[in-house]
Amino acid sequence: MEDSIEGKGPEGKPETGQKKSGDIGRMFLVSSSPHIHDGRTVASVMKLVIWALLPASLFSVYVFGLDALRVILISVVSAPFLEAAALKIMKREVRVGDFSAVLTGLLLALNLPPTSPWWMIVVGNIFAIVVAKQIYGGLGCNPFNPALVGRVVLLVSFPVHMTARWVSATAWGVDAVTTATPLGMARESLATLGHIDMQFGRREIIDLLVGTRAGCLGEVSVILLLAGGLFLVWKKVISWHIPVSFIATVWIVTGLFHLVDPARYANPVFHVISGGLFLGAIFMATDYVTSPVTRAGMLIFGFGCGLITVVIRLFGGFPEGVSFAILLMNAATPLIDKMTRPAVFGRVAGKKAAA
Amino acid sequence: MLTAVIALGALALVAAFGLAVAARAFAVETDPRIELVEAALPGANCGACGYPGCSGLAKAIVEGKVEIGACPAGGDGVAEAVSKIMGVSYRGGGERMVAMVLCGGSDQVAGKRFLYNGVRDCSSAALIFGGDKNCRYGCLGLGTCVGICPFGAMIMLPGGLARVDPVKCTGCGKCVDACPKKIIKMVPARRAVHILCSSHDKGAVAKKACAKACIACGKCVKTAPQGAIKIEDFLAVVNYDVEIPEETAGECPMNTIVVRKEGTSDTGFLDSVAAAGGDAI
Amino acid sequence: MKKWRFFGGIHPAYNKDMACSQATVEMPLPRELVVYLSQNLGAPSKPVVKKGDTVKKGQLIGEAGGFVSTPVHAPASGVITALEKRPSPLGDDMTAAVIEPDGLDEWAEGCNVERSCEGLDAGRIKNLIHDGGVVGMGGATFPTHVKLSPPEGKKIDLLIINGAECEPYLTADHRLMLERPADVLEGASLIAKAIGVTEVVVAVEKNKPDAIAAMKESIKGRGGFSVVPMDVIYPQGAEKQLIYALSGRKVPAGGLPMDIGVLVQNVGTAAASFDAVRFNRPLIRRIVTVTGRGVRKPGNVMARIGTRFADLVEFCGGYYEDTGKIINGGPMMGIAQPSLEAALMKGTSGLVLLRGGEVGQYVGDPCIRCGRCLEACPMHLNPSAISIFTERMRFEDAAQFNVMDCIECGCCAYVCPSRRPMVHHMRRAKAEIRGKSKKTG
Repeated sequence: MEDSIEGKGPEGKPETGQKKSGDIGRMFLVSSSPHIHDGRTVASVMKLVIWALLPASLFSVYVFGLDALRVILISVVSAPFLEAAALKIMKREVRVGDFSAVLTGLLLALNLPPTSPWWMIVVGNIFAIVVAKQIYGGLGCNPFNPALVGRVVLLVSFPVHMTARWVSATAWGVDAVTTATPLGMARESLATLGHIDMQFGRREIIDLLVGTRAGCLGEVSVILLLAGGLFLVWKKVISWHIPVSFIATVWIVTGLFHLVDPARYANPVFHVISGGLFLGAIFMATDYVTSPVTRAGMLIFGFGCGLITVVIRLFGGFPEGVSFAILLMNAATPLIDKMTRPAVFGRVAGKKAAA
Repeated sequence: MLTAVIALGALALVAAFGLAVAARAFAVETDPRIELVEAALPGANCGACGYPGCSGLAKAIVEGKVEIGACPAGGDGVAEAVSKIMGVSYRGGGERMVAMVLCGGSDQVAGKRFLYNGVRDCSSAALIFGGDKNCRYGCLGLGTCVGICPFGAMIMLPGGLARVDPVKCTGCGKCVDACPKKIIKMVPARRAVHILCSSHDKGAVAKKACAKACIACGKCVKTAPQGAIKIEDFLAVVNYDVEIPEETAGECPMNTIVVRKEGTSDTGFLDSVAAAGGDAI
Repeated sequence: MKKWRFFGGIHPAYNKDMACSQATVEMPLPRELVVYLSQNLGAPSKPVVKKGDTVKKGQLIGEAGGFVSTPVHAPASGVITALEKRPSPLGDDMTAAVIEPDGLDEWAEGCNVERSCEGLDAGRIKNLIHDGGVVGMGGATFPTHVKLSPPEGKKIDLLIINGAECEPYLTADHRLMLERPADVLEGASLIAKAIGVTEVVVAVEKNKPDAIAAMKESIKGRGGFSVVPMDVIYPQGAEKQLIYALSGRKVPAGGLPMDIGVLVQNVGTAAASFDAVRFNRPLIRRIVTVTGRGVRKPGNVMARIGTRFADLVEFCGGYYEDTGKIINGGPMMGIAQPSLEAALMKGTSGLVLLRGGEVGQYVGDPCIRCGRCLEACPMHLNPSAISIFTERMRFEDAAQFNVMDCIECGCCAYVCPSRRPMVHHMRRAKAEIRGKSKKTG
């Protein structure tokens, strides 16, 4: 409703064909109904998501210090810049006012370790913005979550930087020491000892919930991510379907494995609150463009994400599988949408439309 | 190292053998002429013939389901090439037809009734009060035909009028179907005199809506040869069976009648548009 | 009474306070009345007068052109100055009888005569409603007598009188319920008698407490009648949604309310039926809400059918210079007008004038698949997919996604953050599919 009609049409042109009726000397806007709008825009949606990520981002600066701030700033600045450059080269209308690139940059930053070198962040953003988004046609056309494409490209190209240089969480990053992520530790012990050897008591759970542990910038604080997610559900930016089905699936499936063999498979609570599950389930899997639009489809999508995550975590080559799981399910999104067409009001389920 | 090389080599040999056997065993018999015919077709996959792409038509031609000249876009040249491949003679299907947008009411001469805010597509725009143009019959200028032309033979003039490049046009007729106002007509390429108006409004109304409208004054009917132009429901319509001398164009008081010769623009249609001040016919 | 909640819907800014407290004002006769001969959905009426004829108020000027058609009457006494095509508020130009009122406003013979409704049987009531030219006054303009004539074997057991008026801005039905509650109910009981129904429900949205109170007061002593306050959600007044909300019954796709034993009539239709049956007054005038921030004096006007929009707006003080859009009907489903040249029809419930800044304009950015339209669609469609199919001209796919079930309520476009012209896409797809099915038979 903010749009003004000024300068939108040839108002100043001579109205040669104006028919008789003395009281009409100007032109009115004519469009299809409806003629009012609730005022929400793409930019306002993106901004709400950025707000929701802010607590977790600030917390990462607290636990990892200036290194975290550096990663976030480089990413958030380079993403819209790269988007504008890509649009310019492709001779499309340059518009970064929708904040979608800023959000992608922020999400990528939150998916990187605090030790990431600057060039790696830029390379990640090139793959996220230029390759994964703009080459496919820009906002709304990309089949895969751009930030995750950026992260996964970095993960397979620079495994040392992405998986072996974790630092412990301390106040403002002072006295941080090199360490491993909780999931990495569990995996390491399983590989060397044949069983999982780690403490998982109240202290550890609190550390994982609060976020005083090693990991990517944005994934550490489960509580703040959850708060951001609740904010988005309250603001009706996202619905609960994907996060709940994603996290519940991980909990149930890892729980089943834990019941069968507690020595080899870690506690399901550990799986749920460690790693990037909350960041992925709340902020990455719910990406509009690459997730299903129907409620049933969202539940299926979340279930698939959860299942693949568990399979990768327990049997795959990487300690963490959230990113791969979401990307794989991204590919299934068009199919899921097609399968879960909503049952039209008043139409008997299963009955085909008369074309 | 050596074992690896030998093992992989052996694997490759086995796989290659398997492929060779499979290629023989499961070979699908195809008429080699299908490929040749397809190569002779324009390859734009425009679909004007009614088949899914040029390969579909090629198959149909070779199987004898359709005649040699079934490609509407290819014209005589393609038909002859196809007839050679098929080993039959082709007599020629008549004259070359090209599309023509029968409207001369650019934004400068026809103006708008309202500010349209909606889908930038003529068919959609036409759903709302028939479009924003003062003239209810005129070109809406949103370029649906330009977008649909498989041969890049159409452009939008700056004044919001679609135009067909008579050299590039293959006569496939896709634009004719796409135009919601039905103002694109197929005309013989060799004819030069055209009436660029489709308005069936009465003279006074048409004139009010557009400075280049046909007002059905009948002057051209009298000047042109017998039966070459007739008035149909307040609009002068050209009968392309009869040749009309170019002087007839000068008789029109509204400058609705224009002369467009075949092949005027073999180097660049756009250039000629620019030369005519963006108001090419 | 148990109520159901239909899926989807939106909560737009209603902006009804501009006009809802303004009592209906009778508009003086304008210089010219443009009475279209196609006042109803279905076949247009056939003119029975010619240029130069003198007509009396209420005199027949167009007879029904078939079963699904209604007669049209002269809204004032005067002279027919022309019988020609005039711009209509619906899009295409339509044939209209142009009447220059003589100012005497004399009723034709037989009109405006009170008759007792006691002994009337169902058939007689239907005939009188037909002869009065009554159509659905909520906007759909479906001939009322057709709705009252269900085919053999369809039994109707519930009559809903629709006073939901869920469209923002509009208050015509609101004022009618406040000012003539007894007449609405009287009309409703005539309709109920015509179809042999004993249960009559008057549905009113809760944002009209005074109308609810007035109707409740008036139903006292009427057996079988009830007034049900409805939740305020758009499109509560849409026929299928209203039926579901009140009865839990779902109109089958492609079907009619009568298939599930329900008849819905607008409050205006009920009042018009009353006028036609009781007083032999044909439908020649109606309440129209002229409102929006573009109008200087918003209000509710009792105007003759055929009053030109320009005259209506002038009667309401004219419009502000920066008025950007003129809507025939409400802002959700109404039709934006290119000018004020068109004239009031039987189905015109309002004229909303929006100023430039408050118009929701389309920019048509790419769909970001946020799914808000799916959450808003009361028909439970996937508008996002359908609009993308339409953009790519894949109309068969749009049909597969049930675009033909779309009721064009506008909820999808209202919530779209990319400001896509969703309803426009739906209309295009429907037009294309209809055209195709016509071609192939």
